[in-house]
Amino acid sequence: MGVDGIGARAVRKEDKRFITGKGRYTDDMTAQGMGYAAFVRSPHAHAKVVSIDSSAAEDMPGVDAVLTGEQLVGDGIGNLICGWMIHSKDGSPMNMGAWRAMEPEIVRFVGQAVAVVIADTAAQARDAADAVVVEYEELDAIVDAVAAMEDGAPQLHPEAPNNLIYDWEIGDEAAVNAAFEGAAHVTKMEITNNRLAPNPMEPRAALAIYDTAEEHFTLYTTSQNPHVARLVLSAFYAVAPEHKLRVIAPDVGGGFGSKIYIYPEEMVCLWASKRTERPVKWVSDRTEAFLTDAHGRDHNSVAEMALDADNKITGLRVKTVANLGAYMSLFSSSVPTYLYATLLSGQYNIPAIHANVKAVYTNTVPVDAYRGAGRPEATYLLERMMETAAREVGLSPAELRRKNFITEFPHQTPVIMCYDAGDYSATLDAAMAAIDYDGFAARKAEAASRGKLRGIGLSCYIEACGIAPSAAVGSLGAGVGLWESAEVRVNPVGTIEVLTGSHSHGQGHETTFAQLISERFGLDTDAVSIVHGDTDKVQFGMGTYGSRSGAVGMSAIVKALDKVEAKAKKIAAHLMEAAEGDITIEGGELKVAGTDKKLTFTEVALAAYTAHNLPDGMEPGLKEGAFYDPTNFTFPAGTYICEVEVDPETGTTDIISFVASDDFGKIINPMIVEGQVHGGLTQGIGQAMLENAAYDDTGQLLTASYMDYCMPRADDLPAEYRLSTHETLCPGNPLGMKGCGEAGAIGSPPAVINAITDAIGSNDLSMPATPEKVWQLCQTTTKAAAE
Amino acid sequence: MYETNYHRAGSVADAAALLAKADDGKLLSGGQTLLPTMKQRLAAPSDLVDVTKIAELKGICEDGNAISIGAATTHAEVAASDLVKQKIPGLAKLAGGIGDPAVRHMGTIGGSIANNDPAADYPSALVALNATVTTNKRTLSAEDFFTGMFETALDDDEIVTSVSFPAAAKSAYAKYPNPASRYAMAGVFVAQQADGSVRVAVTGAGQDGVFRVPEMESALASNFAPDAVAGISVSADNLLSDIHGSSAYRANLVTVMAKRAVEAAS
Ligand SMILES: Cc1cc2nc3c(=O)[nH]c(=O)nc-3n(C[C@H](O)[C@H](O)[C@H](O)COP(=O)(O)OP(=O)(O)OC[C@H]3O[C@@H](n4cnc5c(N)ncnc54)[C@H](O)[C@@H]3O)c2cc1C
Repeated sequence: MGVDGIGARAVRKEDKRFITGKGRYTDDMTAQGMGYAAFVRSPHAHAKVVSIDSSAAEDMPGVDAVLTGEQLVGDGIGNLICGWMIHSKDGSPMNMGAWRAMEPEIVRFVGQAVAVVIADTAAQARDAADAVVVEYEELDAIVDAVAAMEDGAPQLHPEAPNNLIYDWEIGDEAAVNAAFEGAAHVTKMEITNNRLAPNPMEPRAALAIYDTAEEHFTLYTTSQNPHVARLVLSAFYAVAPEHKLRVIAPDVGGGFGSKIYIYPEEMVCLWASKRTERPVKWVSDRTEAFLTDAHGRDHNSVAEMALDADNKITGLRVKTVANLGAYMSLFSSSVPTYLYATLLSGQYNIPAIHANVKAVYTNTVPVDAYRGAGRPEATYLLERMMETAAREVGLSPAELRRKNFITEFPHQTPVIMCYDAGDYSATLDAAMAAIDYDGFAARKAEAASRGKLRGIGLSCYIEACGIAPSAAVGSLGAGVGLWESAEVRVNPVGTIEVLTGSHSHGQGHETTFAQLISERFGLDTDAVSIVHGDTDKVQFGMGTYGSRSGAVGMSAIVKALDKVEAKAKKIAAHLMEAAEGDITIEGGELKVAGTDKKLTFTEVALAAYTAHNLPDGMEPGLKEGAFYDPTNFTFPAGTYICEVEVDPETGTTDIISFVASDDFGKIINPMIVEGQVHGGLTQGIGQAMLENAAYDDTGQLLTASYMDYCMPRADDLPAEYRLSTHETLCPGNPLGMKGCGEAGAIGSPPAVINAITDAIGSNDLSMPATPEKVWQLCQTTTKAAAE
Repeated sequence: MYETNYHRAGSVADAAALLAKADDGKLLSGGQTLLPTMKQRLAAPSDLVDVTKIAELKGICEDGNAISIGAATTHAEVAASDLVKQKIPGLAKLAGGIGDPAVRHMGTIGGSIANNDPAADYPSALVALNATVTTNKRTLSAEDFFTGMFETALDDDEIVTSVSFPAAAKSAYAKYPNPASRYAMAGVFVAQQADGSVRVAVTGAGQDGVFRVPEMESALASNFAPDAVAGISVSADNLLSDIHGSSAYRANLVTVMAKRAVEAAS
């Protein structure tokens, strides 16, 4: 590999394993005597479970046990929880209904498990699961969140009258009302944010191993945060005490948020392993994933923006209904509140903002954080409003934005966030130059000569990463702290192991984290290994989501490195009889400045462990740990511009160009960052044009396979993404990092939709902008033009 | 997938015998439809009789003024065939646009037409080119062969052996793919015979599978130009409607694809 420090485009260390098929995923793990689990799932969106007859299934070949929700509850296994308490505006706590890992009484979404079969082979388990006879009494179902709040709608949980989970607000309503009274112009829009299925390449899986002698569990599972999984499984679900439960998240093939949560299946495997006294494995198939992985987004909003005569924004009023599905998933409550409405100020100086959010139960799979989590919803709403307002007042979309940009930092928004640093004009300028914004009119005319409608759309996004500090999020209702931990272990021969509480499931931590050590000590990245994902190896940590592993996770490593460096320098100074302050580290050596005295890093490490000659009172060894709790969120921001061509005859949209200019603060590995942006943009374009998790009125999922759920493919995307970065350092963490994992998915959907609506001259477009929807709008605009 | 017994047939007669012996046997060709259906447990044949190793079912040959394609010939072979490209370019293009490369290298023409998915591409070519389907029992015209959505005239124990396509003077296929599955939302095959007569067959859009559009056919017979069909639309009444496209949208696509097919054929 080599000495690849901060800023090097180092190739990913982990890719050899992934590309040559040597990755070790949960489904690759086996255990002696292992049985397989297959779940019996509800075909109904809402029904009473009248009876479960497992007698035929129990007699089938290879079947070990058929277990039901009644037994699970009887064994004292706890209900699934939501870890973030939200209070309604009247001060009452959110209305949470009970969620059991297998439901004994009332099923509330298609695919909910009511029983599980454990058998010798996966096929036998499946056969027997099909033979379990469940009698249901169907109830009316409701899938639309707005309709679910109406009187007379089917009720999901007795705890939540009218299916309302909370009615929450943020901001100063009176100030907003005053702004609207004095407004010169008001822009109003109804905006929906479509429902998405997360689709990581590797579906969820679990292998639970119960050791009857030690009364100890090991769980291999597809988790983004194994320690949080262990904590929740033990503290809330009472599966086992923490020290009797080891959670290992080995190689994990993507998550996008969906693997943060603790799901019923993983928990049932643990419990079933104890009941059957054998290891139990479960691997989700793709349709089970569509049916049971937490979905993302699903908002219905009405937004109003007040502008003064000078086109300065004076107020923003937002009312949002958020569909949370049939149960409250682990962090679901925080997504449409503190991860959403706190970003409604965008990159703009908006003196007054008020948002009201109603979260609602429906007979659909639970909805929780998905790449971006709340910030894409805020960005989509605000950036469509900006484009629409610009069109209405007759300003160019860039100019309206520029006029309202925040230019001084720190900037306190009216919705909690205090932005620390940024330069929004710089990223806007860079993106406009990259796409040759000034040449657009000529390109549009040329396209028109070919019968094509060309459009251009902007999105100036801001988002918040590294949710923190812990005390602040605690005061907002979070059930956990959001710091990160690290331990840097220097081995006696000078190689280094870094134990991080964050978790890599595609992000490339094994490379970027190693670059940090390479930079600090001048060591080869091959001399560093990154250890993560095993609660028996690594100290407690919070895992990876919310683009936090750089800004928070690496900051913890930096803190631990500081301590290691200080101790190494003390040892070196002692051995070379120099002053500690004169020791410098360079190219893997500790040197006495101004002399030719030096020791290799290995020699110092060895000295620390032989402990034959250490400074007085110094403990042997070279190993330091640190916990890092940030002082603020970080605020990545940038401008995306999309240029499209629409074929009015079919409604087909081609993305001709897509440019992104991002401010991620300090970048460790530009290649990996670009990869993150490519993936994020692709998911954002997918949301804007292709993806939609659709239920019919009875609660059947219409998009339970790739025949109907439209994932973006290479030929749906522009030939290239043109990326650039502009760096303003984040003052809140030692490296100045902001985070890049979600920005692409956050910023891109409004750029795409703004471009299409620009092309077709109609603003009435919702995501996904399918060919049919676009064609229909083209019909109306052509008709209107003819009249 | 349920357990099943796999047999490799050496000849058509062998396949027929194996099928007759089986409890609930099914022919297996490229497996691109049958195997996914079995994996989803929507089909549970007791026996699978693989026809892809039967020499007489494979290959493409010239047969007078027609091209005969063996039932077990893959889409990739049809797409790459110089003979097909030269005599019926629309057919080669159609085969090259089915699914993805993996599907095209496994899936076969016999399997495709026996399945008669309303969104499959081949049925439009068979009907527009007035192809004949030969089985181990008889010969049928394409229009008699396709009888409705996932329905054909085949008996349970009948095996498609080849399809014969008379060469056309002009032919082209225009397909608007379903964004998710990439099957046809509307696919239009246009073929003009040497005598100037024209057939227009539509797949992907009809509730009963492939259908012809007589109005377009007569318009094109007198003027084989895109404009001739631009103003002709099919009724949305008997068209498919789903989350990807309403029947009205599909009706529009039929007109647009017909126009583009004629343009490509001219
Ligand atoms: C991802 C994917 C994308 C696809 N996209 C398209 C597309 O865009 N357009 C399109 O048209 N198709 C598409 N297909 C379907 C593909 O073309 C299949 O190859 C075809 O539908 C079935 O052919 P097969 O050879 O695989 O048949 P099999 O799956 O083996 O068999 C299908 C049926 O035909 C029967 N059968 C097979 N051979 C014979 C025979 N000789 N005589 C009588 N009955 C027989 C079988 O018993 C079975 O019932 C796609 C498939 C996949 C998996």
